[in-house]
Amino acid sequence: MIQRALRFLADRLLPPVVVFVVFVLVWHELVVWLEVPPLLVPTPARVWGAALEHREALLRAMRLTGAAALCGLALAIVVGSLTAFVFSQSVVIQRGFYPYAIFLQTVPVVAIAPLIILWFGQGFQSVVIVAFILSLFPIITNGTTGLTAIDRGHRELFAIHNATRWQVLVKLRIPNAVPYLVTGARISSGLSVIGAIVGEFFAGFSDRNRGLGYLIQLSHGQLRTAYLFAAILASTLLGLAIFALVTWIGNAIVARWREA
Amino acid sequence: MTAKGTRSVTESTASAELVRAEGLGLTFPSGVRALAEVELAVAAGEFVAIVGPSGCGKSTFLRVLAGLIEPTAGRVTVDGMAPDQARRRSHELAFVFQHPTLLPWRRVIDNLRLPLELGRRKGQRRATAEELRAALRRVGLSDFARAWPHQLSGGMQMRLSLARALITDPRLLLMDEPFGALDDLTRQQLNEELLRLWQDRRWTGLFVTHNVAEAVYLSQRVLVMSPRPGRFILDVPVPFDYPRGAELRGEAEFARLTRQISERLMERAA
Repeated sequence: MIQRALRFLADRLLPPVVVFVVFVLVWHELVVWLEVPPLLVPTPARVWGAALEHREALLRAMRLTGAAALCGLALAIVVGSLTAFVFSQSVVIQRGFYPYAIFLQTVPVVAIAPLIILWFGQGFQSVVIVAFILSLFPIITNGTTGLTAIDRGHRELFAIHNATRWQVLVKLRIPNAVPYLVTGARISSGLSVIGAIVGEFFAGFSDRNRGLGYLIQLSHGQLRTAYLFAAILASTLLGLAIFALVTWIGNAIVARWREA
Repeated sequence: MTAKGTRSVTESTASAELVRAEGLGLTFPSGVRALAEVELAVAAGEFVAIVGPSGCGKSTFLRVLAGLIEPTAGRVTVDGMAPDQARRRSHELAFVFQHPTLLPWRRVIDNLRLPLELGRRKGQRRATAEELRAALRRVGLSDFARAWPHQLSGGMQMRLSLARALITDPRLLLMDEPFGALDDLTRQQLNEELLRLWQDRRWTGLFVTHNVAEAVYLSQRVLVMSPRPGRFILDVPVPFDYPRGAELRGEAEFARLTRQISERLMERAA
């Protein structure tokens, strides 16, 4: 039992840890050897120091940004699923609206974030909306595919047994869409964090709402590069954590019957 | 043998006739002629196999019988009605597909139950837990009621697919190369089980396959379909008595009949 656990650690955990250690060492050596000023690139030790020094602010920011990202993601899952449902009901509607759904994907979020602040005001709600807009598209496309890409045999099976439109929807299309939605949510989980941070660049300038985006701007403005690095690192960790959370929930929903 | 083999189709069905096709034709919008001048009569309780070169329209013909595709010429009836009508009026018709077509999000027992949940008939018959268990027992899946489909082997998945088709007690069972993807041993086992199920309830069976030995082993007569556009060119009675055991495959007469039909099939395909 213990041996198996150790073996698992060695197989799965060791390679990324080795890569991390090598990366940090090379980083440190390069900075020292090339005499890079700390203003441009601080050593790993300085970043670690800054992270410890500001750990309370960083943790609070991670919580705030994480909450905004998760709210945006949840909203995207609800709105995206409903949109996918409408798309799946009519090819005409899908053809009519799909180009504008792509608009969500192509419009630079940095460009519309100020507009959103203008409409919804400074603060949390605007950050959520930016995260929501960025997360929406993968949910819509995956959901639409899941509702419409039905195996021919399954379609015929339901037809043979005289299934009503409603039965096809509830007993075939919707369950078929679940794994697709889970994949969509996983793709969107990373985007929601990006959206929240970008949103905070514009909406986070108040004493109460100090998210990661705000800290990144603040530390950058004050040329505290080690702090900036720590904030970037915290953003990455937050993205990973939310991705892991969504993956875990998704697997719990789907894994039991997914084709092995 | 040939003269005896190609007996008139009407002669054999003077009694209760369940399936009839007259001058049946199907041309796809693309202009491809899938079926032309198909004549067929199947008596209630009969087990008929259909063989033919691949792409000849065997599967398409079954889909026309199931009311999934509308023919473009001639007419086809199931129990005197248009197929989709027969299908809607009651659970007269069931289909076993080439693939098990199980729903991966339903456990074995819930897959089995599916046909009873579909349709809009009021006061629909609900199977009791005992009936469902009996249906699983008949295909040897008693211990797997709570399993997920992906946990079953290919042969077990097909058994479940069979049990699901029979759960509504259909009068006509259409089978579209259901065992084509299985290994030979499993296929033979399933052939024997299929015959047991047939003798149990005596539904009418139409079994499409490209395996001549399988067709001979299962059926009371083998219909041979021509290359596209498909029509029946040969109607060979299979004289062996039921129940048929595994040893039938070793008999000389079985081998002779199988070879004879295979040769005719080759001739036509060439």
